[in-house]
Amino acid sequence: MSGADDEHLAGLLRGSVAGDEKAYADFLRDAAVLIRSWARRWAVGGGIDAEDIVQEALLAVHVKRHTWRNDAPVIPWLHAIARHKFVDAVRRQARRPTVGIEEFEETLASAETEKARDWEIGRALEGLAPGQRSVVNAISIEGCSVAETAKRLDMNETAVRVALHRGLAAIARRFGRD
Amino acid sequence: MDTNDLIKALAADTRRPGFSMNAVWFATCAGALVLAGLVFSVLLGPRPDIAIVAETVRFLFKFVVTIALAAAAFVAMRVAAWPEADLRKLLPYLAIAPALVVGGVVLELLAVPQDAWATRLIGTNSRLCLTFIPLIGLAPLGLFLLALRYGAPSRPALSGALAGLAAGGIAATFYAAHCPDDSPLFVATWYTIAVLGLTLLGTLGARWLVRW
Repeated sequence: MSGADDEHLAGLLRGSVAGDEKAYADFLRDAAVLIRSWARRWAVGGGIDAEDIVQEALLAVHVKRHTWRNDAPVIPWLHAIARHKFVDAVRRQARRPTVGIEEFEETLASAETEKARDWEIGRALEGLAPGQRSVVNAISIEGCSVAETAKRLDMNETAVRVALHRGLAAIARRFGRD
Repeated sequence: MDTNDLIKALAADTRRPGFSMNAVWFATCAGALVLAGLVFSVLLGPRPDIAIVAETVRFLFKFVVTIALAAAAFVAMRVAAWPEADLRKLLPYLAIAPALVVGGVVLELLAVPQDAWATRLIGTNSRLCLTFIPLIGLAPLGLFLLALRYGAPSRPALSGALAGLAAGGIAATFYAAHCPDDSPLFVATWYTIAVLGLTLLGTLGARWLVRW
């Protein structure tokens, strides 16, 4: 959490506000590492998956990036967003009916096969309109570029960008809601 | 979808982020004043003898209090919309308006004979006050809650309460120009109840509206 880290993140974030896609991806990767370290500490023993917090916080960072001021430190801002999302998840957890021990064991078992497990974001993704879902899927899971996605789905690039933008906003809204 | 896939999708979404919070607050503030002024002038308008009373201390004192409240609450609400906001430094400013009211009440109690206290407190128009301050403040409160929703307050209910105080301060400022009761005893009672009503509404409204 040194000043140099913050400077580095701020530089990337400034670049991304100016439209540098690569800087933004780098920023999000670094932010994910930081948030993961916090979330793992918070989620100890609480039955909450730290990676769910990471993903939800990244989405919130994305849709709320206008609440970062150019001259403000980045890490406290990230921390506050991640913390908010963690508190939110705890509250949701408390509202859910308590799970039986069998279900809990299942969770324990699946923790070992991390790759196969689908996080809450998967559920939010399923709730999207089909058009948005295929665009988000192509760009995220299949790793296509916007241009490739446009060609494959027979759309123009602007429509792909709009569908992506709206789809992500909808996921951010729905994420983890019951 | 794992986290790296999500990052790919987020990074590809290169549409520019929306308006800056500063722009939003500027527009919200202007909109709130215009709407409150509109509701005030359509439904009430200033009292007929305003030119005469404008020189009396009690009349002017109402505006000092309500403007102090509106300004402090608006600034605190603006700060509350940043996720990492630390409000501890700003909350003391919210004590200015209540302190002024207390001071005004003390002076009034000293200046007015005891048998006139009750008349001054009850005034001529408390029901009007309790109706129109919330009514004038409703549109500003709605705008403030929308602006907070666009921001990212880490304490939604508190930010909503600040929105209610700010809307109440603005509404009370307009209403004070119509209200025929100038005694600090009246202001301390009825204005406070009306503003707290809006504050409660803001707190509840934010829990429902300001989720992110």
